[in-house]
Amino acid sequence: MDWSWAFDWARGLYHATGINLTFVYDSFDRDRLARGFMNTVYLSLICLALSMVIGVVGAWLQGSKLVWTRRIVQGYIQFFRNTPPLVQLYFFFFAIGSLMPTHENRFGFQEPMLDNFTWAVISLSFFAGAFNVEIFRSGIEAVPASTIEAAEALGYNRLQTYRYVVLPLAFRVCLPALNNNLVNLVKTTTLAYAIAVPEMLYMANQIWSDSVNVPETMTFLLFAYVFLVGLLVWAMHSWERALRMPGYGR
Amino acid sequence: MAWTPDQPLVSCKDVHKSFGAVEVLKGVSLDVAQGETICIIGPSGSGKSTLLRCINALVPIDRGSITVEGQEVHDPKLDKLALRRKVGMVFQQYNLFPHKSALQNVMMAPVTVLKQDRKEVEERAYRLLKKVRLSGKEQAYPGELSGGQQQRVAIARSLAMNPDVMLFDEVTAALDPETVKEVLVTIRELAEEGMTCLLVTHEMGFAREVADQIYFTDRGVIVEQGSPKEFFANAKDPRTQEFLSQIL
Amino acid sequence: MSRRPRNRPPVDLAGTTDLPVLLPAADSLARRAARERELGAALPRLDWRHGLVLLAVLLVSAGVAQAQAGAGREPVLEVLLRWMPVLLRGFLFNIVISFLAMAVGTLIGTWLGLMQISLLPPVRVGSWFVTQFFRNAPWLVLLFYCMFLLPFEFRIGGLVIPFPDWIKATIGLSLPVLANVSEIVRGAVNSIPSGQWEASESLAFNRRQILWMIILPQCVKRMLPPWMNLYAILTMATVLASIVGVSEMMTQAGRVLAAEDRPDLLIPIYSFVLLCFFVYCYPIARWTVALERRFQVKL
Repeated sequence: MDWSWAFDWARGLYHATGINLTFVYDSFDRDRLARGFMNTVYLSLICLALSMVIGVVGAWLQGSKLVWTRRIVQGYIQFFRNTPPLVQLYFFFFAIGSLMPTHENRFGFQEPMLDNFTWAVISLSFFAGAFNVEIFRSGIEAVPASTIEAAEALGYNRLQTYRYVVLPLAFRVCLPALNNNLVNLVKTTTLAYAIAVPEMLYMANQIWSDSVNVPETMTFLLFAYVFLVGLLVWAMHSWERALRMPGYGR
Repeated sequence: MAWTPDQPLVSCKDVHKSFGAVEVLKGVSLDVAQGETICIIGPSGSGKSTLLRCINALVPIDRGSITVEGQEVHDPKLDKLALRRKVGMVFQQYNLFPHKSALQNVMMAPVTVLKQDRKEVEERAYRLLKKVRLSGKEQAYPGELSGGQQQRVAIARSLAMNPDVMLFDEVTAALDPETVKEVLVTIRELAEEGMTCLLVTHEMGFAREVADQIYFTDRGVIVEQGSPKEFFANAKDPRTQEFLSQIL
Repeated sequence: MSRRPRNRPPVDLAGTTDLPVLLPAADSLARRAARERELGAALPRLDWRHGLVLLAVLLVSAGVAQAQAGAGREPVLEVLLRWMPVLLRGFLFNIVISFLAMAVGTLIGTWLGLMQISLLPPVRVGSWFVTQFFRNAPWLVLLFYCMFLLPFEFRIGGLVIPFPDWIKATIGLSLPVLANVSEIVRGAVNSIPSGQWEASESLAFNRRQILWMIILPQCVKRMLPPWMNLYAILTMATVLASIVGVSEMMTQAGRVLAAEDRPDLLIPIYSFVLLCFFVYCYPIARWTVALERRFQVKL
């Protein structure tokens, strides 16, 4: 598709009004913003997947017979629920990151084993995962034993009972809370800026520093985030409505 | 040993069951012939519901034997799926699957468990819902139906598996007095059509009307049994007399 | 795997209503999700044990650092004590920012929330849009926006009102607060049964009177717990101001670490920072829980 009309328009806008949308007409800035956007999406998706895994494993461990296993999971949840995510990020990056061994890169410099992006992924996944543990746990607990019994009486085996009755029900129960968590996670990815992960906010900062167009880039950034999160919220709510069980809840 | 229709369809012999330290069934024996309707009555906690659950292999027994069509229910090698296909069960709390419509609730098990043809099952489901007088409610979800309607969906759901015997576990206990009747009418029609039915119930009037045999249980044993006529007219055991005097 | 109780009698505890609802776990999860949605953030849940753990981490890490550093260096706790005035002054900043942002956010947010239930469609849609806009924007982006785009001073005639960084940060943080307060107000008003409106209308109150004399007083009970939760969330979010260079506690902690240049101080200092936030937020959390219980807004 030919976008040159848009580039021309942005250039014209700059000459006519001084509003400088470099991230539209300048291919370098445009690429940086696009990369930042992709990194934000990428960061969100990886953290989403990992936090789900953490949630499932944690919920499973919480059902453990060993008291200490349960306590450790509980401690993990408590820490991540009740401290600012920024502090968590700093804690991972500075405190644990400084303990990790370094290796020499091909230019002869010492380089940490894990890069900033990886630390952001670890920190944010643990953050979102803490909420998922509790969500999954309640979801499974929400299915009455009598409903499982009814499925068994109809001749379902265990696997079928889980597949057709327990999991679909638990998923519907969890969905609103999971969606809150996801939206929260996407918003929290902006914190990765603090450890110089090149996500959208960080890239926008570079653009406005180089091209001296703070108001334009900033406003665009704000609207981009609001649009992105708004779209996500809308999609998730539609999904919830589609899966609503009539007569249960509001 | 092959089972023939002249033998009892369901046969319990000296069934024992404990939950922890509490012995719920202390040697219960009863036989149900094909086409027969029997009612089990008795005070709460006398083990009636547990007995039904044992017949369906939802709860394992400790001692004794239960056979359905000559098949030992608590044989570890038993194919539970095959048993539960023969034995339908309806619960006090309906236990419909809230994320599926009435029609889907009826269709689900035949399609997913028995792998029957969807089209055929759908036709049967429509027919069954019509039979329980719920035509027009096929697309409604459990949460949108009254208790009595939900219970009739649950009956249709069990019937969809083409069972040979139906177990009813206090199916009217959670219902409003007005809706009790619509469920009882459905059960009576089933009994009259020759379905073998085991009912645990508190509806004495209904028991007297439909039952071929009435069993009275108390504290894990069968205290008394008989045809409705003799049972209600001249109960012999003092426990039965006391119970009936409280109820009637 | 099967959760059917094999060793308990099959007694159905699900209640005897027409609707065999899912178990209480589903209910409480749904309620929590609804309230977190209204709040726009996850609910913090503080416990006295968190304070003990933080204190233990502080002391143990200080002890370990001490042992590793050897005799020649200044004891970790003494370093902490020496820098404490600086850190606590930073913390005071956090509290002041949180107070002001909450005050501004509540004032504007309440009006915005009332506009969301206006009978005039443009007012309703407009205020809804503003609310959703600031709810969906990440806090940090709003903070950046205010830091960079607000002037460092305002001139009204000859009067010059300076706008230092921390004031800008306060404004930046009050934006998400006002949006969430607006949602809390709207949710509370909508939760009052319509019978209250009908009854008051039948007594010939006008809309303004109904709202201020009948509906809002009933709403206060329902709004107070989420409002206090929001305050706790805001207080913890004030550390974001460190990213944009306000001299609050996290910034000061970073400066202390840079000045001392001792990596072994990292964990003691961070746990001290967390401990300060805990000591401040814990009573609020307790009070919120007590209010919730008293007002029977179960969670």
